[in-house]
Amino acid sequence: MAETMILVPGRSSKQGTALNKGKLKQEYLSITSTLEMNSDDMQRLGLEEGDSVRLSNEVGETVVSCKGRKPEDLPSGMLFIPYGPPSSQLMASDTAGTGMPLSKNIEVLVEKVA
Amino acid sequence: MAATLRIVNGKIYDPINNIDGEVQDICIEDGRIVKSLPDDATRIDAQGMVIMPGGVDIHCHIAGPKVNAARKLQPEDHRRDPHPGTPFTRSGTGGTVPSTFATGYRYATLGYTTAMEAAVTPIGARHTLEEFHDTPVIDKGFYVLLGNNIFLLNLLREGRKEEFRQAVAWWVNSTKAYTVKLVNPGGDEPWKGKKNSNVSDIDEKIDDLSPRQIIEAFITTVNDMGFPHPPHIHCNNLGHSGNYKTTLETMRTAGDQRAHLAHIQFHSYGGELGKNPDSKAAEIIEYVNTHPNITCDVGQVMFGKATIMTADAPLAYVLRGLTDNKWVNVDTECESGCGILPFNYQEHIYMHSLQWAIGLELFLMSEDPWRVVLSTDHPNGGSFMHYPKLIKLLMDRGFRKEEISRVNQKAIAKTALPDLDREYTLNEIAIITRAGPARALGLKHKGHLGPGADADITIYDEMDDKEMMFNAPRYVIKSGKAIIADHEFVGDHIGKLLHITPEYDAKIEEIVQPFFENYYSIEFDNYAVADSYLHDHEIVPTTNK
Amino acid sequence: MSENIKIVKHATCTFCGCVCDDMDLTVDLDEKRIIKAKNACVLGRAWFAEHTIGDWPIAMIDGKEVSKEEAIEEAAQTLVKAKFPIIYGLSDTTCEAQRQAVAITDIIKGTIDTTTSVCHGPSGLAFQGVGESTMSLGEVKNRADLVIYWGGNPAASHPRHFTRYTVTPKGMFIPNGKKDRTVVLVDVRKTPSVPVADIFIQLKPGKDFEVLWALRALVKGKKIDASIEEETGVSLTTLEDLVDKMKNCRYGVLFFGMGLTMTRGRHFNSGALMALTTDLNEFTHFVAKPVRGHGNVTGADNVLSWQTGYPFGVNFNRGYPRFNPGEFTTVDTLSRGDADAAMFIASDPASNFPKAAIEHMKKIPVISLDTKQTETSKLAHVAFATSTYGINTAGTVYRMDDVPITMRPAFDSPYPDDEEILTAIKKRVRELVWAKQGIKIAVGEARVA
Repeated sequence: MAETMILVPGRSSKQGTALNKGKLKQEYLSITSTLEMNSDDMQRLGLEEGDSVRLSNEVGETVVSCKGRKPEDLPSGMLFIPYGPPSSQLMASDTAGTGMPLSKNIEVLVEKVA
Repeated sequence: MAATLRIVNGKIYDPINNIDGEVQDICIEDGRIVKSLPDDATRIDAQGMVIMPGGVDIHCHIAGPKVNAARKLQPEDHRRDPHPGTPFTRSGTGGTVPSTFATGYRYATLGYTTAMEAAVTPIGARHTLEEFHDTPVIDKGFYVLLGNNIFLLNLLREGRKEEFRQAVAWWVNSTKAYTVKLVNPGGDEPWKGKKNSNVSDIDEKIDDLSPRQIIEAFITTVNDMGFPHPPHIHCNNLGHSGNYKTTLETMRTAGDQRAHLAHIQFHSYGGELGKNPDSKAAEIIEYVNTHPNITCDVGQVMFGKATIMTADAPLAYVLRGLTDNKWVNVDTECESGCGILPFNYQEHIYMHSLQWAIGLELFLMSEDPWRVVLSTDHPNGGSFMHYPKLIKLLMDRGFRKEEISRVNQKAIAKTALPDLDREYTLNEIAIITRAGPARALGLKHKGHLGPGADADITIYDEMDDKEMMFNAPRYVIKSGKAIIADHEFVGDHIGKLLHITPEYDAKIEEIVQPFFENYYSIEFDNYAVADSYLHDHEIVPTTNK
Repeated sequence: MSENIKIVKHATCTFCGCVCDDMDLTVDLDEKRIIKAKNACVLGRAWFAEHTIGDWPIAMIDGKEVSKEEAIEEAAQTLVKAKFPIIYGLSDTTCEAQRQAVAITDIIKGTIDTTTSVCHGPSGLAFQGVGESTMSLGEVKNRADLVIYWGGNPAASHPRHFTRYTVTPKGMFIPNGKKDRTVVLVDVRKTPSVPVADIFIQLKPGKDFEVLWALRALVKGKKIDASIEEETGVSLTTLEDLVDKMKNCRYGVLFFGMGLTMTRGRHFNSGALMALTTDLNEFTHFVAKPVRGHGNVTGADNVLSWQTGYPFGVNFNRGYPRFNPGEFTTVDTLSRGDADAAMFIASDPASNFPKAAIEHMKKIPVISLDTKQTETSKLAHVAFATSTYGINTAGTVYRMDDVPITMRPAFDSPYPDDEEILTAIKKRVRELVWAKQGIKIAVGEARVA
């Protein structure tokens, strides 16, 4: 079962501190691979806390682990992830003449990794 | 170019030393002009050429936060005016707000060797010094904005005159400034704190303090402290019909103490508020002519593109209402405001033609060119690149007449300009672009070619067309080093910072610091500019009374 | 902890654009580390604690340790040989270093860009289009009775923004601090910043422009249909209420972040917000400010603007600066394969750039300067490890509101700073270029910047 959702990469406090420790270290890699998902959506997709999900679009794909958020905090169909190498895999390079690639509100296909 | 140099056969215009077109030698050694040199010193033969001291721009906007915002705002302004690099010189872009390298080099191509940035916030002084470091050739200094400084105005409200004096000296020292600048004194608080209002009368009280009281306090204090240049004042009501009254009152406030009025053209309007202005140039120049304590720069408007950049934020907002163009406003905590917008002076518009004419009236009716010096308030009235054309307007009445016939005639009819026949001589041009500003600034080593002067020298081919002549000096020498020779760049130079260090009692910091901690957003210890930003610099002495 | 302890007061943290200069650092000079950073937020504490002296080589070529001089030579040769060399990054280094980077680009006639292009570059473009009414942060502290955050999450990215500058502090005309202010937060999801706000407005993703435009219309007294709620997720009543608050405040501020610049519309989104701010000045005093990410990205904007006239995406191929976002910006010059050599200074595009850009980076010679090992330094042909600005190196940085601050470093580092490396590269590059062009000038006399 796969669904299309909107991915919002952004900052998080833990990502900021881990960044300082070193971007090649496990802590940073682990934080930037942790996806926040609406808990109702998780249930519908048969996902448990910490399960692996594949996010993919025409640019690329990445496998991350999921973490539930209350529906009143994170609307259905929306995903949040601290930005880093995993989220970059899904970023298209077209900047529409501005220099800025679209880095938020990225449409992705979400599916549970068996 | 050698450390010694002799320039021979040129016609010298050195008004400070009473030389008016005589052919004389100039000797240079180690960056200064000297009385004599051995015969075998390197020579430049200036046969058929006119020699003047390097130009001194007493009022321009070339470096700092406000200027950089205006640069960033207008890529379209730069795109049409690239400034290619050479093996000696960095590249850049021009337009009305050139990049820093282009600014320095372009002043050099006009034969200018000193320029004073007219308005910098204390918290932005560090930025100005950084940009100065990237502004080549010219020596420079800046005026620090204190006329809307909340801490200082509060001291005045409380009648704490001695602490006011100490604090002013502290502020000038801490920022490495050249003198104090007042812009629309008292007008900042109504703008920021009272929903975009302004002060409209020199005696209007804003929280119990009037602009006149502010102006009077600064003039007295700065004169007492013997600054080489007095308070540099952008009067209230700039641009408004009838504002000449405010200007006269501002000058009267000085009594017989020194004061400098900035871009006085913008402050010479008659008529009723809300209606089109007419010219009061005659009234303004009459006052200046008869009061030797007053110096001013004209702030001539030149047609074409300009950029308004001013600490007079309410004024910029009013202008925005006229043009509906992009507009920048920057509030600086506890210190100042700022407004920026692109602007165009057009010959068919009444107001613009009137402004242009009034500037020329002021020049032509001035009886003491030492005290009514040349500026366009670059880039507010137009770019400094217009100076050669302005010089031609002053020297060539035929050309002037042609130009007058092309502009809005209703505006011309409100002025005395068509009847003013005077033509400036080369000597008088040397006064309004070199000797006069140097003297008004108290720069004893600039603006002249006598022994001891900085070897800042411009050599022009003498030509009938004065615009062409002043546009392209053949040689420009800075601190004894050739920067331009035979119209080409042959060297580079990092000009020095000119600043003053008036004495103050360090105890004043104990009073300033608590205010800081409450109301500023940076640490008091991090506010004053460190000496590491000085690089090449010269401290110009004050004469404390 | 040794006994050789130094206290550095009023030091500056440059992790984020807050550039807090009230850091009191306790420094162990023997162990060369900062053991305490008083006043720092959680990100600042990590910044100070984790930047210690590394054990990796100062200079490497293709992963093998070399001398600094060899690496500088190889870097210079690489840049001069290239037809379309690009320089990028610069937001985490001093202005003094940034100036050298522009000088190098001028000499090699290359292209220079900063992290602005993938951060608030769109806001810079909007600025060029519509201008901006703005302020220094102390004005917010002293005056702002209405503070609005749009598309940003300061609790995660700029933790002290609220507490040092905009919400908590008491100010000259705000004697009761937060009690005298109304705080509004606009975002697509409930972030950790929401608890600070009195009003949270949640809108649908990608609808910021529509909401901002509707606000502009309401400010100007035009009618908006109630169907705006269906379109944007925000009800007409909420919008009308917000407009009422904005028009009637004494001093209003709109802070905005990546939610506007990184989404569809980019500079149109920022521009709509900045235009709204301008519109509001007809009624009251209103200002806006983009919340800048890195410690000295504002410095990079300023240095590029004053040296070239343009804030980012600057090309010198013709011997003078030209500006064209989309053509000369780095995501584009890499993704399109234009660049045939690159120097990345104080940034890590191999982690954060789009895939196509990263793929091309792997195909060209890369020079990197960074304080720690990153994905970018790993793939570099020439890699320099440099000291950390503000911790080891002195210099000037600009806070998000253009206030310039001089840093007070804590302890020395055996690693060279960025300015030293770049100045050496500049000198060598100039020699190589002049040799190529047959120019003979005694460099001593001509003090070219």
